[in-house]
Amino acid sequence: MNGMDELTIAMPKGRILREALELLEEAGYPVEEDCFETTRKLTVPLPEAGLSFFLAKPGDVPTYVEYGVADLGVVGKDVLMEEERDVYELLDLGISRCRIAVAALPDWRPSLHPRVATKYPRIAGRYFLDKGEQVEIIRLSGSVELAPLIGLADRIVDIVSTGRTLRENGLVELETVSDVTSRLIANRASYRLKSGSVDRLCSRLASVVKGEGVRT
Amino acid sequence: MEKLRQFEKPTGFRDFPPSMAVKKRLVEQRVQTCFERWGYREVLTPTLEYFDTVGAASAIPEYKMFKLIDREGKTLVLRPDLTAPIARMVSSVLKEEPLPLRLFYHANVFRAQDDSARTVEFFQSGVELVGDPSPEADAEVIALAVEALSACEISPFQLAVGHVELLDGLLHERVKDPQVVDQLKECLGVRDLVGYQERVARLNLSPEQEELLLLLSRQRGGKEWIESLRPQVRSPRVEAAIRHLVEMWEVLEDFGASRHVVLDLSLVGSIHYYTGVYFEGYALPSSFPLVSGGRYDRLPERFGRPTPATGFALKTDRVMEASPAADQGRERVALVYPRAARRAAIRRAQELRAEGKAVILHAADDPDRPPEIDADRIIRWGEGEDERDG
Repeated sequence: MNGMDELTIAMPKGRILREALELLEEAGYPVEEDCFETTRKLTVPLPEAGLSFFLAKPGDVPTYVEYGVADLGVVGKDVLMEEERDVYELLDLGISRCRIAVAALPDWRPSLHPRVATKYPRIAGRYFLDKGEQVEIIRLSGSVELAPLIGLADRIVDIVSTGRTLRENGLVELETVSDVTSRLIANRASYRLKSGSVDRLCSRLASVVKGEGVRT
Repeated sequence: MEKLRQFEKPTGFRDFPPSMAVKKRLVEQRVQTCFERWGYREVLTPTLEYFDTVGAASAIPEYKMFKLIDREGKTLVLRPDLTAPIARMVSSVLKEEPLPLRLFYHANVFRAQDDSARTVEFFQSGVELVGDPSPEADAEVIALAVEALSACEISPFQLAVGHVELLDGLLHERVKDPQVVDQLKECLGVRDLVGYQERVARLNLSPEQEELLLLLSRQRGGKEWIESLRPQVRSPRVEAAIRHLVEMWEVLEDFGASRHVVLDLSLVGSIHYYTGVYFEGYALPSSFPLVSGGRYDRLPERFGRPTPATGFALKTDRVMEASPAADQGRERVALVYPRAARRAAIRRAQELRAEGKAVILHAADDPDRPPEIDADRIIRWGEGEDERDG
């Protein structure tokens, strides 16, 4: 509680990691991508910064943070919306900007028993309920764009960043469900009991995010 | 349907082996001593309640309740908390008793979880202070929570205290649309500080007013933090809430409990349930609150006895996890005797029990085959101290 507590941070493997590390570096923490890339280890201690990282599948980051094995985590808003974990959402890091969108083949027409394929069954379910449309949600774990092409579903709900994947598969974007950026999240107890360290890291990152404006 | 394997329990329910049962009892005894010393009296309520009465009045959302149908078709719930049943009791069985009433309980509560592997039956020990609206009453339950956690040797811990009425008042002073106020409170309720801050930024307030609302979501502190809000107050309602909270803090100082407490107005609890102070307590290694409670002035009137009330529930499972406390317990002695000496052995066992020992009697005619007994010490009949009885 004295502001000197070491923090454990769950980082998502993949695209978000690089951008998040850049932010931390700009915020004055001695993290270099090398620390993460030259080793195949899943944990990276940085005692001089009072931080210790571990790499996780993005979808698992909120779980680690909710259960307190990580004090903090970096994760996309899409995962937060889908997982609905009980964590503090502290800061919009403004990185890995993309959106969750509904897409379909250009000749798509409403059908009597609409089927929607997605990696995000909860987000998709809620979105269509809010629109007053009852659809059958089909959960897939990847290559969601394939679903309309082979007749599994008439629409999909998926992450879109540049739209290239959709175009390459001949799909068109119909509606945006939500804009997505990566967020800094905190465990409920860590937010209280390690408030000094958490607040410092959060406010340093906040000024980097603000100073740089919106990044793409 | 898949055949159940013989060891299976309904998902989320647990067995407590002796080591856990002992710890649970230890925690319950320690906190009960605190509750009783502060003049609280124990009550028991039914495991099953009607959904339409207690279920509907509870702070726990309906989808988390286990429901059953009774023979008349009425919906029953496994009690999701004790506050609503006790409010019912105060308004019925105890309706002639003068207020304020100080009551406590130890009980199991049931909450269905989406995440099917999670525990659904919890143990709680809690207090309700019914009939006292004063800052002293709010401070009393917080100070009692501090004492109960301390009695379980938990250290360090922190209680975060919010004030729902103060937050609501400050928001309404600055935000005209009540729907937007609800959205802001909902963001805080699910700890989405980013969503709250984004919505505040969209309100087009003056920079000072915007900064004040942003501060509500992140500032944490003592009495000074709340007093610093005074120059911004625009309504008697907010003024009264600030006065209440500052006074409560001063009472906590008098109790010597304020060093464990941090004021945080972003803490709202169950949004439509709490009416004033709301608090949660944390200690490592538990990642979830060990205690939560607050003021729920609108609940008792649902059962026909309008009166203010406040209280808290300790989450016994998490207190057990965070508490290093251990009792020596009584010494477990196994008394191994030949059947010929049974009557004398039983008499000796009673003597030892009267001395406070736990005595396990074990008949064994063959002294060369030592029995496997879970005991601190084995006394063989005819050896050492027991010869005089033999």
